[in-house]
Amino acid sequence: MNTALSWIKAYVPELECTDQEYCDAMTLSGTKVEGFERTDKNLEKIVVGQIVSVEKHPDADKLVVCQVNIGTETIQIVTGAPNVFEGAKVPVVLDGGRVAGGHDGSPLPEEGIKIKAGKLRGVPSNGMMCSIEELGSSRELYPEAPEDGIYIFEDDVEVGADAVEVLGLRDTVFEYEITSNRVDCYSVLGIAREAAATFRKPFCPPEVKETGNSEKASDYISVEIQAPELCSRYIARVCKNIKIGPSPKWMQRRLAASGIRPINNLVDITNYVMEEYGQPMHAFDLSTIAGNKIIVRRAKDGEEFQTLDGQMRKLDSEVLMICDAEKEVAIAGIMGGENSKITDDVQTVLFEAATFNGPNIRKSAKRVGVRTDASGKFEKGLDPRNAEAAINRACQLIEELGCGEVVGGMVDAKSPLAELRELPFEPEKYNKLLGTNVSEADMLEIFKRLEIEVVERDGEKKLIIPSFRQDLVGMADIAEEVARFFGYDKIPTTLPSGESTNGKLSYKLRIEQKARDIAEYCGFSQGMSYSFESPKVFDKLLLPADDELRKTVTISNPLGEDFSVMRTISLNGMLTSLSTNFNRRNKNVKLYELGNIYLPKAVPVTELPDERMQFTLGFYGDGDFFTLKGVIEEFLESVGMKNKKEYDPNAGKTFLHPGRQALIRYEGVTLGYLGEVHPEVLDNYNIGTKAYVAVLDMPAVVPFTTFDRKYEGIAKFPAVTRDISMVVPKNVLVGQIEELIAQRAGKNLESYKLFDIYEGSQIKEGYKSVAYSITFRAKDRTLEESDIAAAMKKILNGLEQMGIELRQ
Amino acid sequence: MKAKLDEIRQRALEQIQASDTTDKLNEIRVSILGKKGELTSVLKSMKDVTPEDRPKVGQWVNETRAEIEKVLEESRTRMEKAVREAKMKSEVIDVTLPAKKAEIGHRHPNTIALEEIERIFIGMGYEVVEGPEVEKDYYNFEALNIPADHPAKDEQDTFYVNGDILLRTQTSGVQVHEMEKGKLPIRMIAPGRVFRADEVDATHSPSFHQVEGLVIDKNVTFADLKGTLAEFAKELFGEETKVKFRPHHFPFTEPSAEMDVTCFKCGGKGCRFCKGSGWIEILGCGMVHPHVLEMSGINPEEYSGFAFGVGLERIALLKYEIDDMRLLYENDIRFLRQF
Repeated sequence: MNTALSWIKAYVPELECTDQEYCDAMTLSGTKVEGFERTDKNLEKIVVGQIVSVEKHPDADKLVVCQVNIGTETIQIVTGAPNVFEGAKVPVVLDGGRVAGGHDGSPLPEEGIKIKAGKLRGVPSNGMMCSIEELGSSRELYPEAPEDGIYIFEDDVEVGADAVEVLGLRDTVFEYEITSNRVDCYSVLGIAREAAATFRKPFCPPEVKETGNSEKASDYISVEIQAPELCSRYIARVCKNIKIGPSPKWMQRRLAASGIRPINNLVDITNYVMEEYGQPMHAFDLSTIAGNKIIVRRAKDGEEFQTLDGQMRKLDSEVLMICDAEKEVAIAGIMGGENSKITDDVQTVLFEAATFNGPNIRKSAKRVGVRTDASGKFEKGLDPRNAEAAINRACQLIEELGCGEVVGGMVDAKSPLAELRELPFEPEKYNKLLGTNVSEADMLEIFKRLEIEVVERDGEKKLIIPSFRQDLVGMADIAEEVARFFGYDKIPTTLPSGESTNGKLSYKLRIEQKARDIAEYCGFSQGMSYSFESPKVFDKLLLPADDELRKTVTISNPLGEDFSVMRTISLNGMLTSLSTNFNRRNKNVKLYELGNIYLPKAVPVTELPDERMQFTLGFYGDGDFFTLKGVIEEFLESVGMKNKKEYDPNAGKTFLHPGRQALIRYEGVTLGYLGEVHPEVLDNYNIGTKAYVAVLDMPAVVPFTTFDRKYEGIAKFPAVTRDISMVVPKNVLVGQIEELIAQRAGKNLESYKLFDIYEGSQIKEGYKSVAYSITFRAKDRTLEESDIAAAMKKILNGLEQMGIELRQ
Repeated sequence: MKAKLDEIRQRALEQIQASDTTDKLNEIRVSILGKKGELTSVLKSMKDVTPEDRPKVGQWVNETRAEIEKVLEESRTRMEKAVREAKMKSEVIDVTLPAKKAEIGHRHPNTIALEEIERIFIGMGYEVVEGPEVEKDYYNFEALNIPADHPAKDEQDTFYVNGDILLRTQTSGVQVHEMEKGKLPIRMIAPGRVFRADEVDATHSPSFHQVEGLVIDKNVTFADLKGTLAEFAKELFGEETKVKFRPHHFPFTEPSAEMDVTCFKCGGKGCRFCKGSGWIEILGCGMVHPHVLEMSGINPEEYSGFAFGVGLERIALLKYEIDDMRLLYENDIRFLRQF
């Protein structure tokens, strides 16, 4: 909300402060100032001048030479403006002065434009006459300004006066961020009330007098509310003998500062009151209202209605309409109809000030596809009492500005107004919640400034909450009022005093932290990708049409298809990131991500999905399958998983190279998978090199983890190592050999290590050469040759059964 | 006898003097002190010495042996030292050659910021917990005092799965989950992903992270909230940091506030970074609304508490001076390597 400070000061006449002080104090008391701008920015040395003579320029057809009286002297100014004439009073910027912009209305330069005396086509010019655009404003806001030329003042303006002041530009416009609970502050009066309370100055709202002739409005109009759940109050007043014309300059200036274009007295008055009271009003041409009757009812489904902007709007029964005896005349709270709009020859006006259901207006505005200033105010839920004050203020202005004759009385259809809310006065509770020691007297003084009345009943103080403060409901709300005006900055700073608690990460988070550490030690950097993606991802990953992973949690209102399903597999983010890097020619990129996938328990979704944290690793560049396998094992061992990790090549992942993929198993449980990315998938992601990925499903990993460590002693007795060299059928996996060694070597086996593997010309077709080094050690003695021989014999027998030949 | 020994000693010393390798020294040792060496043979001839002279001769022999051994040892040490020094002289390296680094990966700036925040609050006795990202309407809105008609529930802000299930728009729902556990007092922070229907641009993302904080206990005050968050700001942004609390509105806290910190670029004087104000908005906070306590089964007459919510990306962008939020989700290694 934007408002000129001068308008606020009209209701807080004693307010004296700099713009910055006002900004700071209002923000600290809860009316946040987003920013402020002086309307006289870059306007320097500009006075009202009167043109004494206009003569042709001797050397230029399009220029004229003017003598201009600026009060203290008469100066010569050369201009190209077409609209100057003798006697005209104009804004004149003097030598050394400054204007805000150029005459074409293009964006204003930060420093404005400096004006110096000089010569135009050889004729001296000692200043410049200004257009409204040069003064930093526009014809939108100053409709009386000529389309192309110098701004001309009215005749009663004094020559030599400060032209900026005369134009109402010695002012500052403040932009406020009003929180949604403070409906009352979406109005000049609401902000002025806060300003008065903040600066402890008297608040002087306009005095609204009883207006109207001896006639009765009820003789002109009747009102029937058929949908009281959507309209709690509808007030109608009538003004006749309407004389449309411009509104006074002061009103135009205030509207202009609020960013509202002045139009004519009638429209300006409704806009003015809407700004001032925060209550939108609507004016109908009474002659268009059939049957002298207003009916407030829901629209019929499928009905269409032309609003006053000429658009056809589709309606349904959730939309509230204002109707006469025969037809709809307005969409309630949103926009009037083409059929009842005010024209220049209007005779009698019907004013409406109503209170509609806020949420309904918000939804209706969206449904019919137009959000107006009025609907923006109604949707916050207005105070029905304010409607009466506002319509009376409007009628008063009609009368005062000579815009028409107000008919006496009003037609007021309403549900019974709610009683004013009453709350107990609980000073100890406020202080206890705030940690303060504010005195009762200070609290009562704050309430007074906020128009919260305090009454004594049965020996107890009660707070009567004014109707415009619908946000004050309970103790905590009152405590906040005390805090705001006591000063948030004066509340002490302490630390909670209760029993001490144990700060820690949850166990799951500790494991994830370890995963990050290990991934980074191994050279992988952390990426983050979105949780939602396109369903097309499944095709890119070559998942079969009936794959379980295609069952997703689907967003009903996504930003677009690319963000429409919650991921069920973490690879798309990883491959997309690798692709980004590859296509930016980054070399050797290693990334990991810790993020959830979302597996629906049923489709369509009826309960919350299973959120599973995935530890995803991916890279291209230096390294291979076994690099990644190493990272996985480093991580698992770092979280206490010391047992053998098993790898099953029959992983069945469509997106991985069929010969280079494996499930990762631990104690029979599948923890995840790893592999080289399938070449077709690489193509789909535009990755022009081999890439490897691994995924660990953390909920599967966590149950096996432990941070317990036990010292097992350092071996005291010597180890014995035996090397065996084998010729192995190609289809036998070294994993099978290792499994055999582990099974048969007995309790003295300490470790085994593959130290050579070779396929090639020296080895017969269909075989590979594999060599292992096996180490034995006993904890309690030095092993003897016979121990080793027995163990080795068992191993060798087993190997033979697998069709493995020993090499000599 | 004495003359013979003197002669042996003299010759030995001359030979040692003339030696230039440890091998030669060894030869000398063997030829004089060895089993068949000259001095040993003198000892062997002791049987020819009269018994009364034997102790004296024995002493001469021992003295001669000791002296030769000493000189031998000294020479050996000297030579070894010379050899070692010569070797080291030949081994001089150019220490300005490039370092051989283990290529360590880098944490995401969001995580660095988060771990800073976690460290601070863990130190103050807070537990770090999590809640679901796909959430029930009740936990995201209703239990937080955001009724069915509240504008915050509008479809334009919230991603819905169906009428009842949505992507959480804030981590505040974790407050409710924690309170429902019924274990008091509570001191927790809950980091996590949240979702809002904002198109992607330099300052918006449909998915970002928040860190929620909640303290519930007897006698928790707004002053405690101020003290805790002032401490947090100092830890996160430096000892000099000042804080400012401005009244604000959140449906689930009352009184509510926004906290600004003094601009860490200019220290509060005002600069382009803080748009001249000297202050930067960091978080929203407030005393837990009594109605929220009640809905989660906590008696507001007995307990009170405060809550706060920090935008993690906001902290990361500010703290590390990242000018475009999109960088956080592109995962360009040249970006990540800078953290």
